Amino acid sequence: MQWESLSIQMRWAMAGIVGLLVLSTLIVWIIGKAFPQRNYTELQQRMKTWWTVAAVFLIALTLSRTVSIIFLAFVSFLALKEYFSLIPARRADRQVMFWAYLSIPVQYFWIEQEWYGMFIVFIPVYMFLLLPLRMVVIGNTDGFLRAAGVMHWGLMATVYSISHAAFLLVLRLKDDPEIFVGPGLMLTLVFLTQFNDIAQYLWGKTLGKRRIVPKVSPGKTWVGFIGGVATTIALAVVLAPWLTPMNRMHAVGAGVIIGLGGFIGDITISAIKRDLHVKDSSGLLPGHGGILDRIDSLTYTAPLYFHYVYWLFGWHTHGA
Amino acid sequence: MTNVNRILRWLFFLLLVRPVVLVLLGLNIRHRERLRIDGAAVIVANHNSHLDAFVLMSLFPMRVLPRLRPVGARDYFFRNRFIAWFSQAIVGIIAFDRDLRGVRTDPLAEIDAALQREEIVILFPEGTRGEPERLEKLRTGVAHIAERHPETPIITVYLHGLGKALPRGEGLLVPFIIDVFIANEFTWTGERASFMKHLEDSMNELVAEGRFDPWQ
Repeated sequence: MQWESLSIQMRWAMAGIVGLLVLSTLIVWIIGKAFPQRNYTELQQRMKTWWTVAAVFLIALTLSRTVSIIFLAFVSFLALKEYFSLIPARRADRQVMFWAYLSIPVQYFWIEQEWYGMFIVFIPVYMFLLLPLRMVVIGNTDGFLRAAGVMHWGLMATVYSISHAAFLLVLRLKDDPEIFVGPGLMLTLVFLTQFNDIAQYLWGKTLGKRRIVPKVSPGKTWVGFIGGVATTIALAVVLAPWLTPMNRMHAVGAGVIIGLGGFIGDITISAIKRDLHVKDSSGLLPGHGGILDRIDSLTYTAPLYFHYVYWLFGWHTHGA
Repeated sequence: MTNVNRILRWLFFLLLVRPVVLVLLGLNIRHRERLRIDGAAVIVANHNSHLDAFVLMSLFPMRVLPRLRPVGARDYFFRNRFIAWFSQAIVGIIAFDRDLRGVRTDPLAEIDAALQREEIVILFPEGTRGEPERLEKLRTGVAHIAERHPETPIITVYLHGLGKALPRGEGLLVPFIIDVFIANEFTWTGERASFMKHLEDSMNELVAEGRFDPWQ
């Protein structure tokens, strides 16, 4: 059990997440009763899915560090599978995709080993070199460059980016390697990223008028964006000093990174879905769409927040 | 079927088939509510891969498993004693003779019996797995079955993605999400040509709903 090693703040934060879910479920139930003529099926479905996602995430975080890492590796697998199922692929690329899938256990193995050096170069360097080699061996050159680019983009977004959230888990301060700061750092990232999504949505829905990127995501407004970032910074200032080694000033930076990064991640995945003429990446999470729809923001916030945190402190990692 | 085989079949589907189909691959099911769980039914699907039958069987809850019977070619699925045991006892395949020359007994007798026992018969009227992700002309065997069971609902299912995950002649399974489209049920139309037309139309409608680009 990792529960004993989780700080008292972590335990309260996890209880707080459950509290928030109870509260929002109540609100959804009340507005459902107050406006029976309107259809809230999607909202109710979304709420139900939030419960499942939060339960699996919190249980994985409680069980052990290895279980948490395996959980994130599984998230990467589901996201990469969605991506590979959406893109127009060539028949010859099946084998290459198989190799791309194999990079998931390897990448998360470096994390389990706390091997920073391999974690940071494996996908951008070694997989970047290996996948085209596999393609050359198969030998189909029609659409070669496009296929190589499309597959590597997916690997970067769904495996490399998301794995940064897992590396946060194994971080230990150089001065104080016995204290487990990782779970707090990771929970802060994931919670603020998801909160930022919701905050931007609510600000935009209630007050938003002027569109910010009409060609990519017509629902996004300036008010939603600015209101969301501001709310996320405010929450970061409250949460980060409590859950992580960051002070207030650091927390402002983390809030800005997550607010901005989350927005860009969201519209980047939107642009890809628009390019592929799909609304949702799959039907895996009722009310949300697919797993890519849920972790779109995280593909930007995870690496950016990780680098920020990594730069702020001295860390005790292998190969650093 | 002996009790041991029944348990083996249950374990095979619970521990191998379902994890592979539902987790490793993953299904994106459109119109799940159109699937009929109680009583006899004939499921008619397109055929791309060895996994087609397993995907269709995974659409149903585990408690329906004893009533699920895919139909397969005798010359292929019963070619030796071990494969025949596996096909019949574990997968639950009903053997069907593709080549009817010299066959004197009723080729559809086993399917008739299964439908009378309220079982769900799974048919691939394309006959062969063919080219990945391309529809072949449908064979008329299904019309003979419908004619004998005019009350039994026929449900067309279109599968997409298995030709990518495990195409014919490939041993390597690559995970892809499988799209499953289920059509509204219909019954025997009273005459063979209109029945086959109805069947092909319902399949084409599902294909159109998918709007998938051809596999390059």
